[in-house]
Amino acid sequence: MEAFADFWATYSTLIFTVGIHALLALSLWLTLSCGLLSLANAAFMGIGAYTAALLTLHLHWPFPMVLAAGALAPAAVALVIGAPTLRLSGVYLAMATLAFGEVTRILVLNLEITGGPEGLNGIPLLTTWWHILLILAAAGYALARLRRSRMGRAFEAIREDEVAARMMGIDVEGHKLAAFTLGAVLAGLAGALNAHSTFFISPREYGFENAVDILTMTILGGISSLIGPVLGATILTLLPELLRFLHAYRLAVNGLILIGVVLFLPTGLWDSRRLRQLAGAWRTRREGKP
Amino acid sequence: MSMLSIRGVGKHFGGLQVLQDVNIEVPGGAIFALIGPNGAGKTTVFNLVTGLLRPSSGSIAFQGQDLAGIAPHKITRLGIARTFQNIRLFPDMTLLQNVMVGRHHLTSYSGLAALFALPSFREAERRSRERALELLSWVKLDHKAEATADNLSYGEQRKLEFARALATEPKLLLLDEPVAGMNSSEKAVLMEEIRNIRDRGYGVFLIEHDMRFVMNLCDRVAVLNFGRIIAEGAPEEIRNSPEVIEAYLGRGDEAEVLP
Repeated sequence: MEAFADFWATYSTLIFTVGIHALLALSLWLTLSCGLLSLANAAFMGIGAYTAALLTLHLHWPFPMVLAAGALAPAAVALVIGAPTLRLSGVYLAMATLAFGEVTRILVLNLEITGGPEGLNGIPLLTTWWHILLILAAAGYALARLRRSRMGRAFEAIREDEVAARMMGIDVEGHKLAAFTLGAVLAGLAGALNAHSTFFISPREYGFENAVDILTMTILGGISSLIGPVLGATILTLLPELLRFLHAYRLAVNGLILIGVVLFLPTGLWDSRRLRQLAGAWRTRREGKP
Repeated sequence: MSMLSIRGVGKHFGGLQVLQDVNIEVPGGAIFALIGPNGAGKTTVFNLVTGLLRPSSGSIAFQGQDLAGIAPHKITRLGIARTFQNIRLFPDMTLLQNVMVGRHHLTSYSGLAALFALPSFREAERRSRERALELLSWVKLDHKAEATADNLSYGEQRKLEFARALATEPKLLLLDEPVAGMNSSEKAVLMEEIRNIRDRGYGVFLIEHDMRFVMNLCDRVAVLNFGRIIAEGAPEEIRNSPEVIEAYLGRGDEAEVLP
């Protein structure tokens, strides 16, 4: 028991971070599943984090309502900025959403209510491990159901061929806006949970670097299933810790591992199709033996 | 009465005039072909009808309803479906999923029903799957329903595209060069499929430049050359029309020009 208490005292922050990163990776997975390469999710996370923290600090709302507001505020922003930006595709959309992220960061940096560059201090630590686990499980379940519904099929059709999807009677613009907004809901939840587990938030945590980290986690894990993003988030969060014995070379080796994965497994670590083929090959070889 | 009326339609891209005063009346329940040399503007006609492009002048009406300003996905829902010259399937999805995408606007349930797999969700999905399997059996691909679309041969991909277009429950099916790049036995199979589709009561409007294929298959033919309709009629009339022969084979007067 004591050993567990020690372990928890040392690693609870890391475990919280894994859970929140997994939620972020799932939020981007949702956006990518509709073929949208968005870098706005870090900013959505920030909007969720600041909204939630301010409601707790100034209005003392109960935590469940704070979480709901943290999810809905970025969703409202996504609806407004989605309509004009989602006409763009590919790298152009990435650039527009990146610009939105920078504008958000600079706004937070200069507003008085957000505490400017100092950020917000003294946020009560309301997030518990089971909050994160529950929300992550609920998000995973909801996304798994979505994939099996007409909306999930429409997202995939749009990702694979937008014109053909349109000719199948799918409202492409409406579905893109839905994917973008639902992604913002998940990112906002991750932000609200994050704000209440770190005591302190500042604009630096929700900028370009974070946007790229979220993208890397999702792509590294692979977007063919929901397992990929969670796996990618876990590995990318734990890897720098596991490589601590390398001291100064830690980040360089971390980078080399990422390059290796991208070069040799371009569809990500967890590619359900490749795994099925491997399983099939293994089975035939085993059955082929006398 | 014709099902689709294209009246006085012109289309230009900047200074390039692609279509000029095009008038086509496509009947329902028959196979109608639009033929013409490469670059005559045939696919542009399809893009105008399906709403992917807007006409510069003229009007297009489907079953009496003017299509001006209607979004492409809503035109599909009115009952016009199409296939593409350069086959556009959803390659990573299974055949069944490909066809079920076509059932999108015909499958309806609330988000809550989908989230908790309520009976209304299961029933709508089951009906959609059954209809999709039926359409796959029409084109004899039901035995491959769970394979992914990128595993299909060229001819099979065409047939899957037919089934997917039919899944939107159209009244008029637009086929853009359905036999392009196929050998003669594949062509014969496709011709049979297209006849079957017509015999089930659908209107078929197809684009083609393989003359022999069109003459054997179609009930009525229009010929487009350099953005203008130069002839329209039954296949025999078209075969003997001097304008059409000229468009396809060139003018017969070179001998007179020579000294």
